[in-house]
Amino acid sequence: MESLTDTTVNIDLNEKTVRDLNAALHAPTAKSYHVTNPQGVHSVAVGIKDEIDVEVDGDVGYFCGGMHQKGNLTVSGMAGPGVGENMMSGKIHIKGHASQSAAATAHGGLLVVDGNASTRCGISLKGGDIVVKGNIGGLSAFMAQAGRMVICGDAGEALGDSIFEARLYVRGTVASLGADCIAKEMRDEHREELVQLLKDAGMEDEANDDDYVNSFTRYGSARTLYHFNSGE
Amino acid sequence: MRSPEDRGLRQSAIFDKASIAAIQHAAETGVYDIRGWGAKRAVPHFDDLLFLGSAISRYPMEGYRERCDTDVTMGADTASQPMELDIPITIAGMSFGALSAQAKEALGRGASAMGTSTTTGDGGMTDEERHHSSKLVYQLLPSRYGMNPDHLRQADAIEVVVSQGAKPGGSGMLLGQKISERVAEMRTLPVGIDQRSACRHPDWTGPDDLTLKIEELREITDWKVPIHVKVAASRPYYDTKLAVAAGADVVVVDGMQGGTAATQEVFIEHVGIPTLSAIGPAVQALKEMGVHRKVKLIISGGIRTGADVAKALALGADTVAIGTAALIALGDNDPRWAEEYEKIGSAAGYYDDFQAGQDPAGITTQDPKLASRLDPVAAGKRLANYLQVLTLEAQTIARACGKSHVTHLEPEDLVALTMESSAMTGLPLAGTDWVVGKNGGF
Repeated sequence: MESLTDTTVNIDLNEKTVRDLNAALHAPTAKSYHVTNPQGVHSVAVGIKDEIDVEVDGDVGYFCGGMHQKGNLTVSGMAGPGVGENMMSGKIHIKGHASQSAAATAHGGLLVVDGNASTRCGISLKGGDIVVKGNIGGLSAFMAQAGRMVICGDAGEALGDSIFEARLYVRGTVASLGADCIAKEMRDEHREELVQLLKDAGMEDEANDDDYVNSFTRYGSARTLYHFNSGE
Repeated sequence: MRSPEDRGLRQSAIFDKASIAAIQHAAETGVYDIRGWGAKRAVPHFDDLLFLGSAISRYPMEGYRERCDTDVTMGADTASQPMELDIPITIAGMSFGALSAQAKEALGRGASAMGTSTTTGDGGMTDEERHHSSKLVYQLLPSRYGMNPDHLRQADAIEVVVSQGAKPGGSGMLLGQKISERVAEMRTLPVGIDQRSACRHPDWTGPDDLTLKIEELREITDWKVPIHVKVAASRPYYDTKLAVAAGADVVVVDGMQGGTAATQEVFIEHVGIPTLSAIGPAVQALKEMGVHRKVKLIISGGIRTGADVAKALALGADTVAIGTAALIALGDNDPRWAEEYEKIGSAAGYYDDFQAGQDPAGITTQDPKLASRLDPVAAGKRLANYLQVLTLEAQTIARACGKSHVTHLEPEDLVALTMESSAMTGLPLAGTDWVVGKNGGF
């Protein structure tokens, strides 16, 4: 990282291709990058593996920030399906809404969505964290194995279907719970991790508001599907 | 004691011993049968084809003197680092978890000795297999267990697994007996649970999405390595077209005889189509798109001999993949463990309870004691020997058909022995010019 310059590199996707952009981000020369005119193109800033800051001005298509490792990626716009899919570490911040499968299979890191996230948010989550300030769609946290999800709004149908060990915190209503997903007691350790996740997502005021924190319900696995039983 | 047949008793062809045992097991337990291996029922296969060889109308190559090449290159048009195989036989995807670490190492050693690739499986890449596989294909499966971009960048090719011949439309299973601490850690699961993978990819749902997924994988890996798409043989014509349209460098079509570590018996035997019947439609799709022999076709499911390899290539495949045969070469179902197979209710040559983790040969197990029985060096040598035999046999046939490269084999070198195989392959019945179902299409 010592060799990276402090200057911000500007990449205009009206002039450069996504391939140019990703090639630059995979061999960074600067600590920060500013990307303009994405206009919904796909695979923006995928495979980042260094401690760099990337800011994207505008809407992005599929798989933005896919397999993100280290670094901070901020999108001032909407994100298409699969934003932050399989991210490993670092942080992705979507200032608009996110489409389906946000942070699917994320193994680590933090995805923050200021708006809503569509269906299958956090599907097969494997250790990553997700904070959605709005609502999430149906089938979210399907088969979620590990990690935490904080939903400040409402959750759609079949939340946490066939969930393993991920922990879900929902402030609003849940349209329905999926198979083997149940409401669970909020103990002190859960409040503490919820507060920390809210702080990590930049929600200091809410994190310091006990009434706000106490308005969440925790959901997780009843663990009844962990072994084959007759009649399945 | 005289056998039932000797006593004039007649077994039902419909309710045979296996069927009666299955009914009794279901009645007693209420649980369907799960097992490994692939389809065991008889279906039209490569044995139903014959090579014509050369005579006056065709000129053979000298069997032991003239050159007959076997190399295949994947991704030459798109990848900056295409994958070059020395032989047209690769090792199919099999996971660490389903297999012991020793077995994965042995597969890598054997394949590398013959200049070909191995493939990861559900559960990610282990250091052992990367270290011992000179060419390694990294699978992207619906479960994404152990999916790691660092491993993705270490791969020599990436295979997007849509479905598997043993269970088209189904998903992976790894029962609790095999979820050891290491396997659990790699898959981010509790130790000892019965793991059932998802059958759909979590972040894409159709052919248009697949196009974007492949583009993303290329972007992450800087367009260095080929991208394979693996589909079960069910609708190979359409699936091949869609995979090519999505940008695949290689299409892998896995027939119903393709093996698995654990799936419902009913799935293995009743879903999907025979390997033999899948090649023609896949090749037709490639030809119609003008990419036959450019986009490579890998065929798997029931490959046993060099004749099977040669027949698959003659029908239009570029490479075959082996799984079950590779495990047998390592030592699976070896008679030396006959007594132990008997103790666990099976027999050498019949053992298919790969899900149980009790493999006496130390291959389909996570039990450290059992796994330690498999010497990766010796087993790797056995696999290399077997791959060499397959290659030499395929070359022998290719030379007899006058071909200086095994992929120069063509349908005109083959005839069909049965009505079914003729109809499935578009080849004439032996000794006739009659193709069953000609003009009927696939």
